[in-house]
Amino acid sequence: MSSFGSVAWSSVGKKVITGLTGFMLIGFVAVHLLGNLTLFIGPHAFNGYAHFLETAVHGWLIYAFEVGLIVIFAFHVVAAVTVAVADKMAARKQGYKYARNAGGRSRKTLASRSMIISGAVLAFFVIAHIFLFKFADHEQTAEGVKNLYKTVVGTFQNSVGFTAFTVVAMVLLGMHLRHGFWSAFQSLGWTNDRWLPILTRAALVISIVLAIGFILLPIWLYLNGDPNAMPGGH
Amino acid sequence: MSDSSAKSGMTIHLKIWRQARSAAQGRFVDYTVSGIQQEMSLLEMLDILNEDLVRKGEEAIEFDSDCREGICGTCGMVVSGVAHGKHAGTTTCEIRMRQYKDGDTITIEPFRAGPFPIIKDLVVGREAFDRIQRKGGFVSTNVGSAPDGNAILVSKLAADDAMDAATCIGCGACVAACPNASASLFVSAKISQLAWLPQGGPERGRRALAMIAQMDAEGFGDCSNHGECEAVCPKQISIQNIAKMRREYVKAAWTGADKSRSSGGD
Repeated sequence: MSSFGSVAWSSVGKKVITGLTGFMLIGFVAVHLLGNLTLFIGPHAFNGYAHFLETAVHGWLIYAFEVGLIVIFAFHVVAAVTVAVADKMAARKQGYKYARNAGGRSRKTLASRSMIISGAVLAFFVIAHIFLFKFADHEQTAEGVKNLYKTVVGTFQNSVGFTAFTVVAMVLLGMHLRHGFWSAFQSLGWTNDRWLPILTRAALVISIVLAIGFILLPIWLYLNGDPNAMPGGH
Repeated sequence: MSDSSAKSGMTIHLKIWRQARSAAQGRFVDYTVSGIQQEMSLLEMLDILNEDLVRKGEEAIEFDSDCREGICGTCGMVVSGVAHGKHAGTTTCEIRMRQYKDGDTITIEPFRAGPFPIIKDLVVGREAFDRIQRKGGFVSTNVGSAPDGNAILVSKLAADDAMDAATCIGCGACVAACPNASASLFVSAKISQLAWLPQGGPERGRRALAMIAQMDAEGFGDCSNHGECEAVCPKQISIQNIAKMRREYVKAAWTGADKSRSSGGD
């Protein structure tokens, strides 16, 4: 009756895929923020952190993570787009002329309705910041380490547009996680009436904390960053 | 409300979806009914409107209703933008005209979803639910004299959760309210109701796989966890049942429950 493919791509299977990959991406985002906080400390800390990531396990660690992230992103995007666009359009071809939110016990919010938009903007941001930071021409520090600090700080300092776009994207990240965090538990079936209100509140806290962290970075670097700060002399 | 309207009743303006048959183009038609008393239900107001229409030689507005006391699940319309109207935990037939003021306008649309084809006006076909139920929304038992009530022990907590799920009357409001037209709340209520109880145990895996496969085959959308279904459900069935359904499905798919021999069903 059911092959692995038909189970994995059923309505429930797609939710499980979206939820599982969502959890992994939340984990990645949290670690990524912690690592980026070294930007506040200074060029030596940030460049050292980047150097560690790029050279760990003879450089294999970063490749393994990059391949993993691409696969996770791909599953997350394809499953979510199928649920939120393709299947949705097929299921109700003639929409309502007058539709209102029921309110009350509903969890439908601006965040839940705009997952596909916030997700699309975030995907664009992810690609843009990889090209601007990872594939840019890097200088070397006096210690012979890639000066990623100068690339990152310089990018924000030279472009108020990219700084503003980063802030907007990170607000959308917060909205995405506001629905996505508790929704991932629900998608995997790890909820009940006792835990649902706790998880929706936890989602609010986590989304605000992560969004604020990622919003402060570009603003602080734009206002205070010194791309030519010498390593060790922050 | 003025004194005169209290005696003669309210005047209500209506925008009602009229559609001659499934394939026909539908449209909103404006009506005005007078002499509406506060004690009337919304459906009784439609009865009065229909009597007026029939007297004038026009075709009556088709709508479904049966028990008119909120227990059968037959009635179901989107009233001013919300399935079963804006009051939580009630069916369309439980809407009372005291909720409205003289001169109010009420919009009435059918439940809209691909698997719920409009048959005429406000009547939609919900046979898709019946076909899902036939795939496993039951327990196979040997009939005979009633078993001892205490032969199978059920905890109070499990019995409560099962009863909460069992209050589903299959009205379809969850599908109507879902932005994705998903039937997850209905199907999860039927699966959970039996999964909470020992009697539903032997067939639980096969049930979850078969009912969800049929739900998908009917063309219902997927769930995006908006929870709008729970808000409009006249029985206030919780989305915890959708989580339970997903656990049942993953467990069944993992353990290969579909390969076990099935009895009953089709």
